[in-house]
Amino acid sequence: MRQMTKHQALTITPLPQDSELCELQAMLSRCMQCGTCTASCPNAQAMDLTPRQLWRLVQLGQLDRIFESRTFWMCSSCYTCWLRCPRDVEPTRAMAALKRLAGEHDRASRRKSAFYRAFAGNIRRYGRVQETALMSSYLTSLASPRRALEFTPIGMKMLGKGKLHPPSRAFAGRLELLFRKVDEMEERT
Amino acid sequence: MTHHYAYYPGCSLLESAVEYDRSVRQVMDVLDAELTEIPDWTCCGASAVESVSRLLTYVLPARNLALVEQLMDVDDILVPCSACYLNLLRVVEDTRHDKKLLAQINEALSVEDLRYTGRAKPRHLLDILINDVGTGAIAARTERDMSGFSAAAYYGCQILRPYPVFDDPRQPRSMHLVLEALGVKPMAWDDEARCCGASLMVTKPEAALASVARILDSASQADAVVTVCPMCQINLEAYQSKAAGYGGPRETVSVVYLPQLMGLAFGCTEDELMLNKNMSLAPRFRAGMRQGWATQGSLEETVVEEA
Repeated sequence: MRQMTKHQALTITPLPQDSELCELQAMLSRCMQCGTCTASCPNAQAMDLTPRQLWRLVQLGQLDRIFESRTFWMCSSCYTCWLRCPRDVEPTRAMAALKRLAGEHDRASRRKSAFYRAFAGNIRRYGRVQETALMSSYLTSLASPRRALEFTPIGMKMLGKGKLHPPSRAFAGRLELLFRKVDEMEERT
Repeated sequence: MTHHYAYYPGCSLLESAVEYDRSVRQVMDVLDAELTEIPDWTCCGASAVESVSRLLTYVLPARNLALVEQLMDVDDILVPCSACYLNLLRVVEDTRHDKKLLAQINEALSVEDLRYTGRAKPRHLLDILINDVGTGAIAARTERDMSGFSAAAYYGCQILRPYPVFDDPRQPRSMHLVLEALGVKPMAWDDEARCCGASLMVTKPEAALASVARILDSASQADAVVTVCPMCQINLEAYQSKAAGYGGPRETVSVVYLPQLMGLAFGCTEDELMLNKNMSLAPRFRAGMRQGWATQGSLEETVVEEA
């Protein structure tokens, strides 16, 4: 009976045919579960699974459990784990890959990637990031007046220092052709 | 000797970090380095695009490298922003062995008749200061006596991780050397390369505020935290009152860009360095700017009088 439960816990979710996921699993097959990444992570306290546990789930292909976790959304790309990893796994790269995979394959994760999508949209639209427009489109996409209000003090402070500007259109659309080409190339793979 | 660099300011330096752009240009001018902005440069993708598209992560910065290769007669690019520096450097490092990636990048760039070959070379401000300009030249330009000033050199993450090109990521020294050349005393502390939280400040503020609180707390004995990244700067200077609720210090910690401090030591004016744009300068720092830092005793008296 006990064995049965154990077996059930290890049921492997069928994976979407995704070359990026295969690359990610190949890289993480080197992970020996030493936990150096977890010990090095400045945001580990705010994570539900430790980075080490996350890599184990990637090895096991348990994507649904990975997508339920907030761990990879808490990565601030500081590369401390990458620097210290004794097996040359590149954990920061893996965290970014999981953000992309979750954004693509998991409906519930779409909202969590809103900031990154707003950022990319801002670049596509303006060519060079326009910070005020970026923050307003991100906060609008959250549809949460409470979250928007949290940024009022910093907004006022920046306004007072003349750091907020209406978006410049000097490079608007400059990257559209390149974005379209990248879209086309990514659809091909 | 005059050095000549292509200059990639990056988007932030035209927006909320305009004082970083201004002070870099000012200080490099004093140090006889010539900067030419890359014509038609566009965003490198910052630290956000990697979470959306793997290919854009390479193509956006590569476009700027290709512009340098095709339109300019220099290879070295001065990059003051840590995220821009890493993004440009990642193209150089990852295409060196991955020819398939290089071909993909160039296929995308072909829509703009651009091509990246691997010649352009991104260089961080600290790298150029230490290895091209040299501490001797920096010391020679220093006009003010900065001997009473102690600084917490803050390196942040992305200039030495994951690619440690010009300094030791475990124990960075490059900014310490610049500070010593100015006559400033670098404070000994442990959080010099600890993450400030980066864009988690927007998406998961509670995690970033805990990091900022810890960094400010361990730097609070210094006269200023000195940064070389617009993201580190804004996280450390703009959220101090919020960070106080997470164990951060109650009193203002001054946070300045390295070239702003260099400019002050070189005798540049506050206007030339746009110090009016900084969001957290303690009264003690303001008094020091006007009266000098050499004699700490009289400075403290002035601050008390002002209060």
